[in-house]
Amino acid sequence: MRTLNLCILRGGPGRPAAYQTYRITVDEHLNILDAVQKVWATQDPTLLFRHACHHASCGLCGVRVNGRERLMCLTPIAEFPDGATVTLEPLRNFPWVGDLVVDVKPLMERMAAIQAPYVRRDELTAGGEEGTRFEDCIECGLCMSACPVVGSDSAYLGPSPLAMIKRLLEEPRGRDIRSLCLLAGDAHGAWRCHSVMECVEVCPSHVDPSQAIGWLRRYLILRGRRQPAEAQRR
Amino acid sequence: MTLHVVIIGAGSTGAAVAHDLTLRGYRVTVVERGEVACETTGRNHGLLHSGARYVLNDPPAARECAEDNALMRKLMPDILELNGGLFVALNEEDLSYKEAFLEACAQAGVPAEEIPIKEALRLEPNLNPRILAAVKVQDGVFDPFHFTLAFLATAKHHGAAVHTYTEVVDLVWNGRSVSGVKVRDRRDGREYAIGADLVVNAAGPWAGRIGAMAHVHIAVLPVAGTMVAVGRRWVRRVINRLCPPCDGGIIVPQRRNSVVGTTSWPVENPDYIAIPPEQVEAMLAAGEEFIPGFRSAPLRGISAAARPLLHESSQLVTADPGARGVTRGFSCFNHARDGAPGLFSIIGGKTTTSRLMAEVMGDVINEATGITNPCRTREVPLLPYHAFYV
Ligand SMILES: Cc1cc2nc3c(=O)[nH]c(=O)nc-3n(C[C@H](O)[C@H](O)[C@H](O)COP(=O)(O)OP(=O)(O)OC[C@H]3O[C@@H](n4cnc5c(N)ncnc54)[C@H](O)[C@@H]3O)c2cc1C
Ligand code: SF4
Repeated sequence: MRTLNLCILRGGPGRPAAYQTYRITVDEHLNILDAVQKVWATQDPTLLFRHACHHASCGLCGVRVNGRERLMCLTPIAEFPDGATVTLEPLRNFPWVGDLVVDVKPLMERMAAIQAPYVRRDELTAGGEEGTRFEDCIECGLCMSACPVVGSDSAYLGPSPLAMIKRLLEEPRGRDIRSLCLLAGDAHGAWRCHSVMECVEVCPSHVDPSQAIGWLRRYLILRGRRQPAEAQRR
Repeated sequence: MTLHVVIIGAGSTGAAVAHDLTLRGYRVTVVERGEVACETTGRNHGLLHSGARYVLNDPPAARECAEDNALMRKLMPDILELNGGLFVALNEEDLSYKEAFLEACAQAGVPAEEIPIKEALRLEPNLNPRILAAVKVQDGVFDPFHFTLAFLATAKHHGAAVHTYTEVVDLVWNGRSVSGVKVRDRRDGREYAIGADLVVNAAGPWAGRIGAMAHVHIAVLPVAGTMVAVGRRWVRRVINRLCPPCDGGIIVPQRRNSVVGTTSWPVENPDYIAIPPEQVEAMLAAGEEFIPGFRSAPLRGISAAARPLLHESSQLVTADPGARGVTRGFSCFNHARDGAPGLFSIIGGKTTTSRLMAEVMGDVINEATGITNPCRTREVPLLPYHAFYV
């Protein structure tokens, strides 16, 4: 068993923002998500947090743990010494719903505009037959929160939508390449990225949006879609 | 006049009922105390059951799975991994079930085909080379959150309202009938009433608490199960152990991961389930039996959720402490006969068969209201889950 002090940013629209600390004892083989759930179940039923699968597939439990974007289900209790204080804050660059919950609509609207696919060709397993699997991106929004460009340009498509466009150009599944190129080549598309690489740091699901954006830029140049003048001036 | 139905709970059951009822012309409001699929549904194994898992001990449930598996493939193909599944015998005892298993599959209408061991190992090179038999079945894989969201997205586009972070704290009565719910908005603490012609209790393992608000006894037994994910896609298809349902009997591949589960133990309060470390160890060991080296992949999550199983007494029989013998079937209740007209409950079942469960619930509701619009969920494809947000 390990005892942690969870210092959680509470509040929301119309409610004052303040940190509240909960002392909680949990098994050390578990994750921060279990600690938060235990706080909710045993100490404070008003605490708001998002979760579903607890194994990094639903993409719901992203927060900032000690300032860094992480999935709570992939943040082991064992990482923190007994008695440590762990600060939990909601993701940035999304409207705040309350406590650890943000409104993911801006990301989902972008994904909907791209008609982001969920299933892809499975290249990972041996055996020689064709198969499918789910795309790597779990739409958790960690990269959108960590990216300083998303923070300064609300129209920027953002790391994961751009990475998703790259996936579609790679494996089009019958999609119209031109409209995807238009989106990616827009002034708020691939050219807007400043290569800060925060997205790569925080992505919990092997996506590497930064590499995908580099790939997109080369793809666009090869197809004669240069950087728009508007983006060059910045 | 359009009747208004409030559905309590946005797990796979409540979401499917919302879809069914909107298509029948009801006005629907879903209230969920947390996020969509934040409880049992969200933490399930993500296996679109072929039905074969249940042929030996629960043939009706097996048949239901087989039928709805075939339907869901048509209704939401864009969010399913459809690589099939294998049942494998790991020892002589498993092997002794094979003939009965194949026979039971045939009787329950569950497609199953034995394949040579060599072929199974060619298809799944990471499988334990010492397997003694392999049977191909039509399993699929879903992510339960997105599965549920697809139902709700479609329901929303047919007019349903979905209120998350909205907890039902009491029922509202009109004389002797239930006529709505009193809710608390968890974002600001505000309490208000939502009037309704009918209220459907789809609160999963919490259904008993909703029933108690109407002094109706609901026999739901929360039976927890643990699952452990590792960060490697060891297999392409679902791997099941050829035996009656047992602990650690299934590996579900998903994205770059493999999820092994599950266990079965009754819990008192499903709000927080403390996962015993020995269960995590047992799951990893079970994975190792199927796939030598399984646990060498990094850990990718530990989860537990409670099945809302139907049980007359809410008490366990000592002969079956894991509740493996309790049916995985479902029931729909019209509580008019329990003195609470206007209140309905839908309990048990599986995510795989949530569409069918909702169809039965819709029929029970139609019977009560005299509305004759038939179920349309067999034909109407589900919208992409992103449509929930736009
Ligand atoms: C470990 C495990 C593995 C499983 N694996 C599979 C599988 O692989 N495939 C499969 O098909 N099935 C599987 N199942 C079964 C399946 O998950 C369940 O049958 C199904 O998810 C039940 O859904 P539900 O909507 O009835 O319950 P829930 O998902 O629990 O939904 C009930 C909802 O009601 C809400 N609620 C409760 N009280 C209130 C209130 N007062 N006000 C508002 N909302 C409230 C809760 O927050 C919850 O979201 C598994 C189950 C378990 C436990
Ligand atoms: S790219 Fe990675 S961090 Fe960004 S939303 Fe997708 S999974 Fe999350």
